[in-house]
Amino acid sequence: MQIYADNAATTRMSRTAIDAMIPYMEENYGNPSSLYTIGQRAKEALEQARADVAAVINADPREILFTSGGSEADNQALITAATLGKKQGKTHIISTAFEHHAILHTLEKLEKEGFDVTLLPVHENGIVDVQELEAALREDTCLVTIMTANNEIGTIQPIREIGAVCRAHGVLFHTDAVQAVGHLPIDVKADNIDMLSASAHKFHGPKGVGFLYARKGIRLTNLIEGGAQERGKRAGTENVPGIMAMAAALKEAAANMEKNAAHLTALRDRLIAGLSDIPHSALNGDAQRRLPGNVNFCFEGIEGESLLLLLDDKGISASSGSACTSGSLDPSHVLLAIGRVHDVAHGSLRLSLGEDATEEEVDYMIRSVGEVVGYLRSFSPVWRDLVAGKTPFIL
Amino acid sequence: MALYSEKVMDHFRNPRNVGVIEDANGVGEVGNAKCGDIMKMYLKIEDDIIKDVKFETFGCGSAIASSSMATELIKGQPVSEAMKLTNKAVAEALDGLPDYKMHCSVLAEEAIRSALDDYRKRKGEG
Repeated sequence: MQIYADNAATTRMSRTAIDAMIPYMEENYGNPSSLYTIGQRAKEALEQARADVAAVINADPREILFTSGGSEADNQALITAATLGKKQGKTHIISTAFEHHAILHTLEKLEKEGFDVTLLPVHENGIVDVQELEAALREDTCLVTIMTANNEIGTIQPIREIGAVCRAHGVLFHTDAVQAVGHLPIDVKADNIDMLSASAHKFHGPKGVGFLYARKGIRLTNLIEGGAQERGKRAGTENVPGIMAMAAALKEAAANMEKNAAHLTALRDRLIAGLSDIPHSALNGDAQRRLPGNVNFCFEGIEGESLLLLLDDKGISASSGSACTSGSLDPSHVLLAIGRVHDVAHGSLRLSLGEDATEEEVDYMIRSVGEVVGYLRSFSPVWRDLVAGKTPFIL
Repeated sequence: MALYSEKVMDHFRNPRNVGVIEDANGVGEVGNAKCGDIMKMYLKIEDDIIKDVKFETFGCGSAIASSSMATELIKGQPVSEAMKLTNKAVAEALDGLPDYKMHCSVLAEEAIRSALDDYRKRKGEG
């Protein structure tokens, strides 16, 4: 059995998305900035895609800026807010300890430039406390950036409440919604979102394309200088085929969102229940307030990379927050942020289901993970010491 | 190119000499769970010859493969030869390891060394 269970990393492109991009490679391949027909057809298509994307999150088409993906959108949102803040003498930014590195590394850069960054705790359940956010706001806070849903443990943040608090205090609110767009309902007006980042390949679109929503009136700072594309805020000939595919994928995801969420939530809960039967294991993050397809566990006494390799042998593609899978010495900053100690964080497994997943596949994954964890424990000196009572169990 | 060589994958999938020697006369454990790697080596030495060796490892694919290969390299060898085992020899026997995984072969060398030191100490040479 072959099961792709790493949809939080990337997704397979949908047929609809592939079909949507082909005409803009073969026929209407003109440069949207050109005045002849095939250029103008590309331009019209581009603007239709912008309107389609905007409609899904209840934005105005003029508020959508196409980018190369989520990381670029995150960078531009933060640099924009920092630039605007600095002009008003506001240099304090609030975020969380478990953001994506596109956010955290940009914040580190801003810290070196004199910004003061507060990272809110995300607690054991992986969810920000809105009261703690409100308490952290200062006179000089220029930005709050908190992800809509976490990429590793899938926990969903109280975005609407966060947005309301920020709006009430006159502070810009950006959300990295890369894991959420196309999977959860988002309404930038009702949610009081000022800026939002998204990436096409997380919702069955192509890699290398995404968008930044920026509320009307927010003057964006360019990351790329050059031509006048994207209202002068993002130079470079537009990735028309990619953008067309993204818009088609997003429309499709939005049209099927409720159905997909119901299907995935049932499978997710079945998978969580099954894996919970493995002794000394624990689910990471809130059991209910998480993305419909996200399952993330820690298994005591084993290491994640060897778990992934053996699951791959059984046809299952998954990921882990183990240090060994990242090439660094520390395990996932997300797992550490929710209070998992190093010893346990090394033994983590993320299974992120796709919409075509079945109960049969879920049951196969439960069996396979149980077998592999049991096998690796059979010759783990850590497990031996735990079982012998030499060291106490953590999970 | 795949992450690991065929040989690493072979030793990872079918590790040699896995387990425990109850009456071992040399035992060594190195690494720590915080860093994600622990290796434990058990030696049964008779007449200064390594008659049997077994290992237990908590760690990634290359840590398990390095442990397995290290045990193969010293099994049946005199203690004096086993003392000369280097991490380089372990990595070479595995047809190489990715740069950032070389520490796994170092850990294997250290685990063997630690078990041999324990044996010498027990013999009163330590």
